[in-house]
Amino acid sequence: MNYWRAVLLVAARDLKVELRSREQAVTLLFFALLVLVVFNFAFDFTVIDFVTLGSGVLWVAFIFSGVLAISRSFQLEREQDRIQGILLAPIDRSAFYLGKVAATVLFMAAVEAIVVPVSVVMFNFRFSGRIALVVLELVLNTVGFAAVGTLFAAMTTRTRRGELLLPLLLFPAAVPVALAAVKTTTHLLAGRPFERYASWVALSAAYDLIFLAASVLLFDYVLED
Amino acid sequence: MIAESGPAVPAIEATGLGKRYGPVVAVESLDLRVTPGESVALFGPNGAGKSTLLQLCATLIRPTAGRLCLFGTNASSSDASALRRRIGFLSHQTFLYEHLTGLENLLFYARLYALPDPVSAALESIRAARLEHRRDDRVGSYSRGMQQRLAIARALMHRPDLLLLDEPFTGLDRPSHARLEATLEEERGAGRTCILATHDLGQGLRAADRVLVLADGRLLLDRAARGLDQGFLEALMTANSASGRAAS
Repeated sequence: MNYWRAVLLVAARDLKVELRSREQAVTLLFFALLVLVVFNFAFDFTVIDFVTLGSGVLWVAFIFSGVLAISRSFQLEREQDRIQGILLAPIDRSAFYLGKVAATVLFMAAVEAIVVPVSVVMFNFRFSGRIALVVLELVLNTVGFAAVGTLFAAMTTRTRRGELLLPLLLFPAAVPVALAAVKTTTHLLAGRPFERYASWVALSAAYDLIFLAASVLLFDYVLED
Repeated sequence: MIAESGPAVPAIEATGLGKRYGPVVAVESLDLRVTPGESVALFGPNGAGKSTLLQLCATLIRPTAGRLCLFGTNASSSDASALRRRIGFLSHQTFLYEHLTGLENLLFYARLYALPDPVSAALESIRAARLEHRRDDRVGSYSRGMQQRLAIARALMHRPDLLLLDEPFTGLDRPSHARLEATLEEERGAGRTCILATHDLGQGLRAADRVLVLADGRLLLDRAARGLDQGFLEALMTANSASGRAAS
């Protein structure tokens, strides 16, 4: 089977299951919005400058809801041992990995597409008209987080207490992408010139490339035992 | 490259096959040759290594020792994904998505196997499973028996040459049990190579030409099913599990 058709097939199946069950969408969105509300109560943003803390608030919401998305994505494969059904198919197993990453990116992007406008209203800030850069930054960091998260979720999916193990493994490995995401968002919120944070954007892009390439190469072994 | 299968090429050929999980030995020094069209029953107590052996044959896991060839091709080779096209695997887990309809489930697998006409293959399979009237209902609303029928359709849809069955009768009621038995008989008649792992000795003896008994990952018995007594098999497995307990 054509490699990219297999990737699309896996991603489309995840989306179709989600559209039917709506379990993930409700949980992720509710969780992300809850994080915003809690931070809104915790800090008085009329006194504290949103630029200082805002990027952290946003990325806490995105990253934690992302963990939920990845965890749920592999729970779907664990139930009824469906992952075996996929592994038995005559496809390159890394196509399954990329399909899962694509579906997770879409779920996280859907949450971000709602949370960012809500937070703009809630915290009364603006991205100074740099919408294209904001989208680029969100995409790069979301892909990086989904890439590393999907790899570790596949590793832990067949272990006992895998859901507990996933964040323990994922958060240390996701530090570079989380750092780059928060720093870039801070600069974007402050309206600083691109040159000031170009290195962080480059870090995000390099992280995506390295993790996607390594995961595609290693995924066959990750899934086996 | 996948070797062509002919009468001389065994469906399964294992030499010194072993699988360890750390210190735990699941399968040890197993030599086995299964010819195409042969139907084999695999017996053994829990933890004997039956599921591991089936997973090795399905290329789901790699051996840690020895060599396993399927249809003349090394199962650990880079051609394993092409080999999987010739393997059908059915267990008591259905591998089905409860939020998708019966037809959508089969379509997903038909496309995953890159069947030439996935829609026709899925429709034909759902008809063969006698679930056409429920094809647009979500699998979550199916009874256990219906789900297992759909799982059988999924496992057979790509017309595999080798059918691996891991306790497929678990949780089935009597009519579903009988229907699955009839399907397996049809597959046997069609000349498909079948390996059935089961705890039901009578069932296994009825369905197979040959019987294998595993204990502690080792092959304890390899004999033709004809004339083999169920009582003898029970005694063999009881004696072995008793000696295993004493040893541990």
